[in-house]
Amino acid sequence: MLGLNKADLRLFLIVIAMLVFAPILLNPFPDTSGMAQFNAGYPDLMQKLVIFGIFAIGFNILFGLTGYLSFGHAAFLGIGSYTGVWMMKLLTMNVIPALIASVVVAGAVSLLIGYVSLRRSGIYFSILTLAFAQMFYSLAYSVLTPITGGESGLSLSTDDPRIFGVQATDGGNIPVPTVFGLDMSHAVTLDFGAWSFTISTGYYFAAIIMALAFYLAVRIFRSPFGLMLRAVKSNQNRMNYTGLNPRPYTLAAFVISGMYAGLAGGLMVAMDPLAGAERMLWTASGEVVLMTILGGAGTLIGPILGAGLIKYLESIVSTINDSVVHGWFAPLPDWLENTLVTVLHPFIGKGWHLTLGLVFVLVVCFLPGGIVEGGKKLGNLFRRKRSNGDAPTPGTGSTTAEQPGE
Amino acid sequence: METIILQILNGLDKGSAYALIALGLTLIFGTLGVVNFAHGALFMLGAFCAVTLNKIFNLSFEAIDPTRTDFLGNPMVVNTPYVEAWFGPEMGHSIIDWSVPLSILFAIPIMAFIGVAMERGLIRYFYKRPHADQILVTFGLAIVLQEIVKAFYGANPIPMPAPEAFTGSFDFGRWIGFDAYAIMYPYWRLVYFGFAAVVIGAVFAFLRYTTFGMVVRAGMADRETVGLLGIDIDKRFVAMFAIASIVAGLAGVMYTPILSPNYHMGMDFLVLSFVVVVVGGMGSLEGAVAAGFLLGILQSFASMSQIIEFIPGINQVIIYLVAVVVLLTRPRGLMGRKGVMED
Amino acid sequence: MGILEVSGVNKRFGGLQALGDVNLSVAEGSCHAIIGPNGAGKSTLLNCLVGKLIPDSGTVTFDGQSVLGKKPFEINQMGISRVFQTPEIFGDLTVLENTLIPCFAKRDGVFRMHAIESIAHEADLLAQAEGMLEELGMIDKRNMHAASLSRGDKRRLEMAMSLVQNPRLLLLDEPTAGMARADTNNTIDLLKQIKEMRNITMAIIEHDMHVVFSLSDRITVLAQGTPLVEDLPENIKGNPKVREAYLGEAQV
Repeated sequence: MLGLNKADLRLFLIVIAMLVFAPILLNPFPDTSGMAQFNAGYPDLMQKLVIFGIFAIGFNILFGLTGYLSFGHAAFLGIGSYTGVWMMKLLTMNVIPALIASVVVAGAVSLLIGYVSLRRSGIYFSILTLAFAQMFYSLAYSVLTPITGGESGLSLSTDDPRIFGVQATDGGNIPVPTVFGLDMSHAVTLDFGAWSFTISTGYYFAAIIMALAFYLAVRIFRSPFGLMLRAVKSNQNRMNYTGLNPRPYTLAAFVISGMYAGLAGGLMVAMDPLAGAERMLWTASGEVVLMTILGGAGTLIGPILGAGLIKYLESIVSTINDSVVHGWFAPLPDWLENTLVTVLHPFIGKGWHLTLGLVFVLVVCFLPGGIVEGGKKLGNLFRRKRSNGDAPTPGTGSTTAEQPGE
Repeated sequence: METIILQILNGLDKGSAYALIALGLTLIFGTLGVVNFAHGALFMLGAFCAVTLNKIFNLSFEAIDPTRTDFLGNPMVVNTPYVEAWFGPEMGHSIIDWSVPLSILFAIPIMAFIGVAMERGLIRYFYKRPHADQILVTFGLAIVLQEIVKAFYGANPIPMPAPEAFTGSFDFGRWIGFDAYAIMYPYWRLVYFGFAAVVIGAVFAFLRYTTFGMVVRAGMADRETVGLLGIDIDKRFVAMFAIASIVAGLAGVMYTPILSPNYHMGMDFLVLSFVVVVVGGMGSLEGAVAAGFLLGILQSFASMSQIIEFIPGINQVIIYLVAVVVLLTRPRGLMGRKGVMED
Repeated sequence: MGILEVSGVNKRFGGLQALGDVNLSVAEGSCHAIIGPNGAGKSTLLNCLVGKLIPDSGTVTFDGQSVLGKKPFEINQMGISRVFQTPEIFGDLTVLENTLIPCFAKRDGVFRMHAIESIAHEADLLAQAEGMLEELGMIDKRNMHAASLSRGDKRRLEMAMSLVQNPRLLLLDEPTAGMARADTNNTIDLLKQIKEMRNITMAIIEHDMHVVFSLSDRITVLAQGTPLVEDLPENIKGNPKVREAYLGEAQV
């Protein structure tokens, strides 16, 4: 069905189910309980999870399949954001034209940067992409200020032309982003006893886009094109002597991942019409790399898991402050409580980046295959125990699951 | 003519910093084959060594000075730095005044220790892993280091004064026969350039005239063969890392009066230093130094108001443009050798 | 006029004349061996044929078309396939995927953006690839990682990747280098079988005289970058010049 094989279809349906039920699944704790701070089922965070999921899915098409490590993809995210805001300033508050423009512009810029950067491979490529991203970042703060809004960022105002929309609402406010009349920030709260779940237009719109983005990624993974991308990673020399030109394949992957980043950037402003250059900082580029490897580069579901985990951690860690930690360790003796708080202090609240860096180092050191591979290893361990050490026979069973993803 | 000389001079100090960082980067890359994204953090840590020493020197105790009174007529509370109490007011004052140059002595052991700790604690496990993993782990390390500094010193830049003897500017124009005040150049930048020249000279001399340096150069040319000769590469790897770390750290220490240290200065300089290494040629020490100065001076020319009027923003992108042109026309860089990281 | 014509090819590396005025003609349907002592320029010549090196002067034509200045993948698309001395395969991919890739290259050219189509729907190419694996006795291993194959199987897989494209000229770079006698004999049998069943023109670079005399129809002897003799195998055996080229090397 849908041109997918059985396993992929199952995976796709799982992802859809996760997206549909996320407002409930991510709110497992009653509002009144002390654990409510670990709930993630509010629209702001869920939108972030989904948007960065799209970003990471796209990045994985480049990094996971071809092995080319780009350190500049945040630039495309930023470009997508700026384009989106400009479309809302010039044309209409409907987010569809904004998203299309974000994808197209980010794609065009990534074509340009990719064409130059892909003249070299390995670390040269990484350095070139990093340099380009830094260039955009510093330009956004200086010369491009009329386009980017410089330090204060780019936002809407009631003076914007908005040819196909209204400049200001009847109340004199800036209009909000919509999709065909549906207000993006519209939300309904459902109460079930102590639990409450928020259903919002913005989240479900983003979720639909992500489902489409994921579906497209699955098709790319299973296509001849996807096979060629994996061939690029495996042995470019062999490709050359097999009559295939690796460069346009890699460039196409680069542009596709750039368009995914642009889409994510466009979605960000569709949720909150504000774009700033800090989105293009090198740490943001590094974050998407981390999401991809944490989940498992080259796997289908990995980047979504990685993005979800990182963004969830970010939101939780940055809201925890010293008094929360004091609360956790209150039953302990005072001296121990205070020591623990002091130790944890640099990592929480504003110290999120420190935690991020540490996670980065730990993942690369101990879990280079990411969560998916870790899970597989764990699964194999269980299976082996159950079957009492039947040696896996090559060519059957264990080696048939060599398709990427799962 | 005056403007040209002035721009060359202005480019020298930034170029010196690029050259020093790029030198360490290419040294580590050439000998150990590791791409160190945390190298910029070493530059930043060096700068914060100077900040730390300055803070230590300024540690004070409070004492009541009965001879003076504040505006309410009460005896005044005076903060006296310990160094002034111990060494006498004048000596103490000059120690504080000279804290930046003195930080060199302070930074050498610290940077050596950090370098060794980095290599032994983390990097050595990555010699045999793919370049992508090396990039990623050092990238993570760079984030950790800069965030630790941020946690301790805050996000704001911390101004660091140069010693009084070197404040003010030197009338370079009059010295070489132009009008007075035509070419003014801060003394400290001159000091920085001289310092960089000495450090670069020392590194080159070390590599040329010592047995250790010979092995290192041989290793840069052909790592495998040197390994086969039964030379204990491991020990030298550690030492190379320590040296590169010291060079980057000292570059940071002395740069503090030019740029007030902040926690993200490492990454800012790292990206440009990478470009310098790529332009100079991966694995070429001479190339790194030459390209460092070249790009520093180019950047300074691009910052001239006449040029910015003509091409807005060129000062922001000139280095990247040069890198792109060099990579497209001479993929090995200006002085790159065949066979180094060609994939 | 042969299908591959090399004339007046020169190549220098700094002060070293690697190839000096090489002329060579490979007749269609034949197996042409190029032999010579170490450093005779055999590999350099091969690299000039596949686009890895560009000769300083001279011409190389394949079926009347010049191959000079063309990229390796363009030369492959012309119908020249190369088998490497140490097998070059896609180690991360399965045996079947390894065999499929050349099928796509043959059908779709150097690049095609077939990003939405599913491989599973390419029944023709799958059948073609599986047929090739069947022919070389590797069908049982189609789902194994190529990197986990034995050296002999890797060689076999590489051969399958070349043959599945049905090339007009197969260039073999020391196909039995480093093999035990039994493996060498297997490879000879395999190549003989290919030659008889598919009638592919082959040019083979080889050290092992046993392989050379078992397979080739014609032999060119290279020494110090220049062709010494070109003749039938039986005439090469007793040729004093050839003996000197090899023994001269041995006397040092």
